[in-house]
Amino acid sequence: MSLASIPRKLLVLVVFLLSALGLCPQSTLAADEADHIASTVISSASPIEQALLDVKSEDAAVRSKAVALLIEKGDASLIPKLDAIRAEADRAVRQAIKPVIDLLKNHANLTSEQPDTRRSAAADLVGTGRPEAITWLEEGAAKEQVWWVKYTMEESARLIQLRSEDQGVRLVAAKKLGELRSQNGLSALKEFVEAGTQSGATNEQRALADAAQASIGQIDSWYWWASAIETMFRGISLSSILLIMSLGLAVVFGLMGVINMAHGELMMIGAYATFVTQQAFIGWFSPDVFDWYFPVALPVAFLSAALFGWVLEATVIRFLYGRLLETLLATWGVSLILMQAARVYFGDLTAVIAPQALRGGAQVMVGVYLPYNRIFIIMLSIICVLGIYFLLFRSNLGIRVRSVTQNRNMSACLGIPTRKVDSYTFAFASGLAGIAGWALTMVGNVDPGLGQNYIVDAFMVVVTGGVGKLAGAIWASLGIGGLNKLIEPVSGAVYGKVFILVGVILFLQWRPQGLYAAKGRNADA
Amino acid sequence: MPEQVVTHQGSRETLSFYTVGVLFLIVVPLLNVLPAEDSWLHISDFRLNQFGKFLAFAILALGLDLIWGYCGVLSMGQGVFFGFGAYCMGMYLSLQIGKESVYGSELPDFMVWTQVKELPLFWYPFKSFIGGFLGAMLVPMLFATIFGFLAFRSRIKGVYFAIITQALAFAAWLVFNRNETRLGGTNGLTDFKQLLGFRLSDPSTQRGLYILTVLALAASYMLCRWIVASRAGNVLIAIRDSESRVTFSGYTPWMYKLFVFVVAAGLAGLAGMLYVPQVGIITPAQIGVLPSLEVVIWVAVGGRGTLIGAILGAVAVNYGRSVLTNYFPEAWPFILGGLFVVVVTMFPDGLMGMIRKLSERKKTPSPLIKAEGSTAA
Repeated sequence: MSLASIPRKLLVLVVFLLSALGLCPQSTLAADEADHIASTVISSASPIEQALLDVKSEDAAVRSKAVALLIEKGDASLIPKLDAIRAEADRAVRQAIKPVIDLLKNHANLTSEQPDTRRSAAADLVGTGRPEAITWLEEGAAKEQVWWVKYTMEESARLIQLRSEDQGVRLVAAKKLGELRSQNGLSALKEFVEAGTQSGATNEQRALADAAQASIGQIDSWYWWASAIETMFRGISLSSILLIMSLGLAVVFGLMGVINMAHGELMMIGAYATFVTQQAFIGWFSPDVFDWYFPVALPVAFLSAALFGWVLEATVIRFLYGRLLETLLATWGVSLILMQAARVYFGDLTAVIAPQALRGGAQVMVGVYLPYNRIFIIMLSIICVLGIYFLLFRSNLGIRVRSVTQNRNMSACLGIPTRKVDSYTFAFASGLAGIAGWALTMVGNVDPGLGQNYIVDAFMVVVTGGVGKLAGAIWASLGIGGLNKLIEPVSGAVYGKVFILVGVILFLQWRPQGLYAAKGRNADA
Repeated sequence: MPEQVVTHQGSRETLSFYTVGVLFLIVVPLLNVLPAEDSWLHISDFRLNQFGKFLAFAILALGLDLIWGYCGVLSMGQGVFFGFGAYCMGMYLSLQIGKESVYGSELPDFMVWTQVKELPLFWYPFKSFIGGFLGAMLVPMLFATIFGFLAFRSRIKGVYFAIITQALAFAAWLVFNRNETRLGGTNGLTDFKQLLGFRLSDPSTQRGLYILTVLALAASYMLCRWIVASRAGNVLIAIRDSESRVTFSGYTPWMYKLFVFVVAAGLAGLAGMLYVPQVGIITPAQIGVLPSLEVVIWVAVGGRGTLIGAILGAVAVNYGRSVLTNYFPEAWPFILGGLFVVVVTMFPDGLMGMIRKLSERKKTPSPLIKAEGSTAA
């Protein structure tokens, strides 16, 4: 307060000096005020109009009375007027008006069309702590359709009630918060418990502390489950990223005997293809259709990565069939070149803006929030698995690919164009990497190191899963992704990775060829 | 591929070994000391130091060649063993800084920043040179023994082993980057002042280190030669060419593999130990996936399965790198990647293979090692 008063005094001094010098800001101020008064007089002094005037008063008591009245009777239509007053008022008045504007705005937003706006208005009202807000919130909750918004309204009302003077109201609110499993209430409830356990606590405080303690117990046990579910979800989401990546790897490893270290960079190509498509949409099309860039980018990403894979197969890989370690080294070289090329051409950091539909998330239950982009990736990985399954086991190309894998010479004798099958298979697997890159733009930046971030983990999946069956990749990615997220909260991300490595090595003690080993003649590749 | 070579080309290799050894051990340091500064024969302190670094890398490459070129086991985690050796020596050197450090504390500087008040227990052995030396040799070998035992005994081989070692390099890089491992985090260990009382900034100390590196390289080379020429060496080559047959002949391949893996790790530790005082810094960046892979490319470029090739490759690639990064800093990854592709697809025998081809074309058109397919597994 004292701080606030100093500039005001200074201001008065300056104004005084200026007017003494013959300049006349004071007179213009006075004229403004006269205008205001004139306008209010014309439109008959209703209580609200009166309050609007009183708010500007120098007298703190008059001000707070006006504020109370405005909060009680006012509505959103006053906000422009209040903003106007605030723009030219001094600091004390601004401070007095700010909560009024906040309250009125949030009150208006409680009936907004957008559920998210309603919800955040309800959450913001807690901060004001005004008892008036309780009735608004309760009215809003009674009419509310969306459960999550309704929940927030109820929670906010109880949170405000916690600060009530009335012991009974507080007790009920504390109990209700426990029933609501309100995490936002935890800190306030903990304060009650602390107050109640202090030596000089009154009986009232003790009763409140007991109620709060019971509620805290309820909330904590609920959140244990909620966080367990969220951890599981994160694990599945990581697993599906690993799965999408390792599917392409597993296809070329298992079917063609090629270790493709450039797989991560093929993903990177998919991601950059998405980015380029986005830039094209920004440049050439109207913003209304901007969100369409994402579906359009899917074939672009698939085809560009597949094309690159096709070229790679034709120029490098085909000289190396049957020599696994050599394919590993050569593709490493390719990956270095691609990474550096991306770094030189695109620079280090570019990002893709997610389309509207993939932003935000779903609040499925109290304390469990699932981002849409993660759900999208999980769905995509399921679709990819199904797609590969149908392609390999239910299509003409698939039957050829499998026959070439089993016996190349015999297949050639039967008229299967083995070279073509090789290049199609490799291009297809590269295209899969492109799709993975397309999807990864939704969860991270597009940068030259994109592939490297996941490639080690993806190879661990392939090694653990074995090359015998696609199911190996699925189980291994679920296991590694899930374990990773399970350990991470305890050990931190780095040691999580180390534990996974140790785990994989120990697992290979038991199954050296992975979960599903290749069987038969070419098992000892 | 080289078993015939070792026998009938042995004498020539010995000869070239002595020539090159004398060149590096005596001529190069003399060229550093004797000619005037501006003479074209003069080798500057900087160059000498750089060669010292390359030769340390050559020791690392020898180890990898032993296990990859001769035994067919591709380890993509040699950088980790190198890092263990380098860090052990680095810890000794850090403790030798003593009161000369920026903060004037007995503790290494990074501990002062990270608020470590007391020397962690595992640093104590590195107060003495013996501790540092033994640590640099034994820690990598011990680690390799455990890792190799788990990997080879359960018959993890080929690409599986390569991928696991790569994951090892990745994990080690992550761990060494952490501050709580008390190894200097991302900044690593640096700012060394003295080694056994010799000032590291003194050119004569660096010269001494260079000569020491040449001697160590020569000793490593002899050791590898001896291993390769022994009966065990024959078994190693047999494992590379057909592991199943070796098993069926009554040998236990994994023991041989474990043995060379441990030797290679020891050589990597030795290389790291020699690298640190010459370069003056060791950071996790020397440990990760890419540095470990660069070792592979040195050996591939030089010619795997020939010990001289490993040395040649390490020196040639690193020299090329130091020259090229001067002129085209952004081009190096392209060149390195290109080397991978070209060497693997077109020159699987590397520089040594080319040299041999040239020299043999004059004599007889002998069929040169066509059993290439077997190196794959």
